[in-house]
Amino acid sequence: MDRTVAIDVSHLCKTYDGHKAVDDLSFQVYAGEIFGLLGPNGAGKSTTLRTLITLLHPTSGTATIMGYDSVHEADKVRTVIGYVPQERAIDRFLTGREHLQLLGALYHLSKEEATKRIGELLTLVELEAHADRPAKTYSGGMKRKLDIACGLLPDPKILFLDEPTLGLDVQSRLRIWEYVRMLKARGITVVMTTNYLDEADRLCDRLAIIDGGKIKTLGTPAELKIALGGDIVSLTLKEIDRIPTLEAELKGRPAITSVRATAKGLDIRVESPEKALPTILESANRLGCQIEFIQYNRPRLDDVFIAHTGRAITESIPETESA
Amino acid sequence: MGHYWQEISALTMRWVRRLSREKFSMLFTLVQPMLFWLIFFGNLFQRAADTDVMQAPNYISFLAAGVVVMTVLNNGLAGGVDLLFDKENGFLERLMSTPIHRSSVILSRFIFVMAITSLQVLVILGVSYLFGVHPATGILGIATILLIGMMFGVGLTAISMAMAFSVKSHGDFFSVLGFLSLPMIFLSSALVPLTAMPGWMSFLAQFNPMTWAIDAVRPLILSGWSEALPHVGMVIIVMLVFDALCLYGGAKAFRRAMG
Repeated sequence: MDRTVAIDVSHLCKTYDGHKAVDDLSFQVYAGEIFGLLGPNGAGKSTTLRTLITLLHPTSGTATIMGYDSVHEADKVRTVIGYVPQERAIDRFLTGREHLQLLGALYHLSKEEATKRIGELLTLVELEAHADRPAKTYSGGMKRKLDIACGLLPDPKILFLDEPTLGLDVQSRLRIWEYVRMLKARGITVVMTTNYLDEADRLCDRLAIIDGGKIKTLGTPAELKIALGGDIVSLTLKEIDRIPTLEAELKGRPAITSVRATAKGLDIRVESPEKALPTILESANRLGCQIEFIQYNRPRLDDVFIAHTGRAITESIPETESA
Repeated sequence: MGHYWQEISALTMRWVRRLSREKFSMLFTLVQPMLFWLIFFGNLFQRAADTDVMQAPNYISFLAAGVVVMTVLNNGLAGGVDLLFDKENGFLERLMSTPIHRSSVILSRFIFVMAITSLQVLVILGVSYLFGVHPATGILGIATILLIGMMFGVGLTAISMAMAFSVKSHGDFFSVLGFLSLPMIFLSSALVPLTAMPGWMSFLAQFNPMTWAIDAVRPLILSGWSEALPHVGMVIIVMLVFDALCLYGGAKAFRRAMG
């Protein structure tokens, strides 16, 4: 695929006190996509992200952001990126508007330019009505909106989001997802870390599953699921002795990837259930195999995660609440 | 240069805004040293203290210089606290991901702490004036006191910021802070002249930069230029060395923390 590369990470390593937090990471992020770093806590997602936003120097390897090296051209990198930190990086005593004004000065915007952008951003994240209240009066969702407005103030080419919906209620999460999709529609490249599988599945164009500082797998959510072998149709037959007959009949049929006999029936991996199910039912009918029970499973990202890391994402140590 | 100034003034404004939102905290910050030390302690020991030992007309006039420098000490040692919180809640990362000079955040903090400290020193001298302590060296003497205070404050603030960048948790920070503050005061000439101290305490107090600062501020308030000048000259040299050491350590800690 010939797409513009926004971020190029090559053999990135970061070692803390002899512990390899990130171990030989290489990947590319394409311009205009939502790229996710998915993994349990301590997997190396945040270390990777902090390296990309120039806050950490890699032990070895390089990261290039919009063609600029993250170490030697850190100043240039900082002008093209926006960052939304994981913690509630909010000064409780400042108002929403004052946060944006402060950042406006740090991005060296003129007063007029800053005022204009701040107005637009407050409208975008629907915080105009609360812009002049101290941030300590904000709800969790409002703080997150302010966070995002802060990240967008420099009009970045790439926006980095660190666990954007951690600890938010369902409605706020859906809202944040909407914003992220809207940013993509505006042509902004989004790089986010998450340890929510549903978030990665529904939001990211492509994602890398990271565990133990290494990339376990990388692709679109659909690709990753298909790589597991597609959807599974499980049949339970009334007469167990008919299993081999049906197995032989179904093997090699179109839309069916593989057929495997189980104790009570068959596990059939299918490319598309729409095409495979009629074939399966028709064959069973024709051969007189009575089906007692039929179950259809679509692999979820959880299955991808388990397949690549050997455990469920929820088995990681729960994050201490960062208030 | 224009950018640099824009960054520093915006960051300094943030500290001012924060303080102005905490009206009570601001009031107590300003009032505490003169209330606790100057008014209570000063008047409490007014008769207990021997004016011959103090070499001063009364204890409050002796204590004024000590309270001035104690204020510099406490403000300086606490100067890194806000950066510590910024580091812990991620605000510092947000600032550092913007294209600012790495030193802007630190410089803004120095400017703010120095300004607040100077303001407090002026308030303390004003209250002392009400208790009859009239600085012998006049306006120029007060300016010199502010200069000494700032020179001492820069080093202390640098220590505090270095600690803020180095500690693992803010519990550590406040433990060290609490441990440093009072011994620094007792092992100095703030409350009692060195000549009146037990030998081992006066010995230790000689190495306390606070003693040097107080010994220069006190004659500026009590005696006059002729007695003060040698002390002022000496304290400037001591403070230059002190600041150089603290700034060097602070820069190292900052670079280690910020990559």
